[in-house]
Amino acid sequence: MTDASIPEGGKVTKSLVQLDARTRRRNAAEARFRAYGLTAIVIGFFFLITLMVAIVGNGVGAFRQSFITVEVFLDPAKLDKNGARDIEDIKKVSTFGYAPLIQNALLEAVQAAQPDTPIKKAGDTKQLISASALAAVRDHVIANPEEIGQTVEFRLLAASRVDGYLKGRVKREDVVRDKNINVEHLDAADALLAAGTLTRSFNPEFVLGADASESRAEQAGMGVSMLGSFYMMLVVLALSLPIGVAASIYLEEFAPKNWFTDLIEVNISNLAAVPSIVFGILGLSVFIQFGGLPQSAPLVGGLVLTLMTLPRIIIPARAALKAVPPSIRDAALGVGASRTQTVFHHVLPLAAPGILTGLIIGLGQALGETAPLLLIGMVGFVATNLPDGFFAGFMTPNSAMPAQIYEWAKRADPAFYERAWGGIIILLVFLLIMNFAAIVLRRKFERRW
Amino acid sequence: MYDAPYTERTTAVTDVKISARDVQVYYGDNHAIKDVNVDIQDKTVTAFIGPSGCGKSTFLRCLNRMNDTIDICRVLGKIELDGEDIYDKRVDPVQLRAKVGMVFQKPNPFPKSIYDNIAYGPRIHGLAKNKAELDEIVEKSLRRGAIWDEVKDRLSEPGTGLSGGQQQRLCIARAVATEPEVLLMDEPCSALDPIATAQVEELIDELRANFSVVIVTHSMQQAARVSQKTAFFHLGNLVEYGETGKIFTNPEDPRTESYITGRIG
Ligand SMILES: Nc1ncnc2c1ncn2[C@@H]1O[C@H](COP(=O)(O)OP(=O)(O)O)[C@@H](O)[C@H]1O
Ligand SMILES: [Mg+2]
Repeated sequence: MTDASIPEGGKVTKSLVQLDARTRRRNAAEARFRAYGLTAIVIGFFFLITLMVAIVGNGVGAFRQSFITVEVFLDPAKLDKNGARDIEDIKKVSTFGYAPLIQNALLEAVQAAQPDTPIKKAGDTKQLISASALAAVRDHVIANPEEIGQTVEFRLLAASRVDGYLKGRVKREDVVRDKNINVEHLDAADALLAAGTLTRSFNPEFVLGADASESRAEQAGMGVSMLGSFYMMLVVLALSLPIGVAASIYLEEFAPKNWFTDLIEVNISNLAAVPSIVFGILGLSVFIQFGGLPQSAPLVGGLVLTLMTLPRIIIPARAALKAVPPSIRDAALGVGASRTQTVFHHVLPLAAPGILTGLIIGLGQALGETAPLLLIGMVGFVATNLPDGFFAGFMTPNSAMPAQIYEWAKRADPAFYERAWGGIIILLVFLLIMNFAAIVLRRKFERRW
Repeated sequence: MYDAPYTERTTAVTDVKISARDVQVYYGDNHAIKDVNVDIQDKTVTAFIGPSGCGKSTFLRCLNRMNDTIDICRVLGKIELDGEDIYDKRVDPVQLRAKVGMVFQKPNPFPKSIYDNIAYGPRIHGLAKNKAELDEIVEKSLRRGAIWDEVKDRLSEPGTGLSGGQQQRLCIARAVATEPEVLLMDEPCSALDPIATAQVEELIDELRANFSVVIVTHSMQQAARVSQKTAFFHLGNLVEYGETGKIFTNPEDPRTESYITGRIG
């Protein structure tokens, strides 16, 4: 109103069809602001797409692995000298005893595929196959001792260099200085591929298997560290849900408003901003050094992540409780409900979607947390053994998905680099599932309104 | 509602339901209610009138101890319900509120079904032994709330889906479901349109048969229409209390007169 100036005559004669300067300026400002917003979204979207393309492009390779199918003659002279088929005797033969059998079979396969191969000695084929193949064959024989003396077909992991060659990671010109493989092996690999002996397919072991030593990239998998993450999430959920919700309810619905509760409130906000590594060192000194819990145990990791997650759950939970209209509390108190009944019958159900969303986002953050885990010994290379039982899983040394990814990313062999990206895909899938669950739960509970 | 004009109206029943003596209420340092003495009678509609901020709601909330939920609120003096001090240490406010029901300014049904809105109070107070009894209570309360006919076919629908006037009558039905002896209403019609207001006023008059009703209102016409007794509050003081007819035609205090005639308020 203040900017409307009435001309001398007292009568306003401006046409509505003609925009005045002020309106034009206002519209221009609005258009500019919309353009900024749109640009920001486009930039954000561009980075998201770049990220996705990079992750998927680098990571999908990890899910496919090269395998060599060979017919191994399980020579009784080597595997069971006494001929008694006594399982104890068979177990005495170490993986070294299996090496010649597998290498002979490989040499046959190579010579069949490429008659003019320069590889003449059986021992020279070992670069083609994963070091894990020996154990794989031995395990099979111990499980099926009656097959000794027969020729059995095995599908064995190809060596990481061979796999890398097929994926384009290992180039012929690089191989000259590589102790682990020679050009003739690459030729043999090409021939085996053409003959169908060397195949590439989805490798479930990458998702389900354990981490492997630095020299066996082809064998490494996420399975065990995934289990470590699972156990930690169980601990975080079991502790932070009841503690977080109870604390929020108490602070929001019961606690008197005084300097002490103000102090608590400020501290909760501050705790949410404390760097996670601080919680790691706290966990190291409190749970491991003082409390005597074992290192690398998912239980300790879960406790540390609970400390970190609690304030991040309490803050949205309190906001959700605060958002419940006070008239609902009045209504319940008015018909003679106690405060506790008011909270549990009316306020909490209405706050549940907000609390659950906060909880799942908190869990998602905990799932992706690495730094505190490194401090309490949940480093990647620990994730090599499956626990003996469900409850043992809380104490068996383990790692977690992000720590496993970090471990792979810092290993020298580029084959691990691919696995790190693959691991990120798995981690992201879990985070997406959790966020999706948050949305579904939210929808489900919101219908009550 | 009434055939007799309000000037000739008198209350038949005179036994005292609630008696307040020297009641003081403080919000921190703010002295919101000063030296209030009042006897509220059974089976009577008592109206609290007065300008905004004079403490009507505050005093009403003392009568079922809803003020307990406000940290900074302090209540001094004595308030007796049927001769028992409701601020006695042994009194559980939860039990008190089952006896002294409350209806709020803004309709506030629970975000649950119509049935559950009514059934909630009886459930937590254990008033029904089984489903059939509960059904009976729900029907009776909805009938007392004069809303049964409108909702009997959709008891499982959310109470929040009703119109404003229906919601308020649902809230009244919810309040009577716990079989209270006193019903407190804080401006129950201020969020309603004239037709809904008329329905609620009619309902209040019917409730008088079974309950002692205390209603806060900013509308003098409403007080004149529904009440037998009127209390006029001004700046935290109870200025005048008496028969509605007398207050509106022949007030004793000049402040009451100014308010009635529209000079303050
Ligand atoms: N929850 C509260 N906290 C602090 N002061 C309050 C609160 N409720 C009411 N008051 C104060 O008490 C006085 C009376 O308020 P109220 O009882 O709501 O008046 P009315 O209902 O007559 O309009 C006012 O001065 C108001 O500011
Ligand atoms: Mg009020």
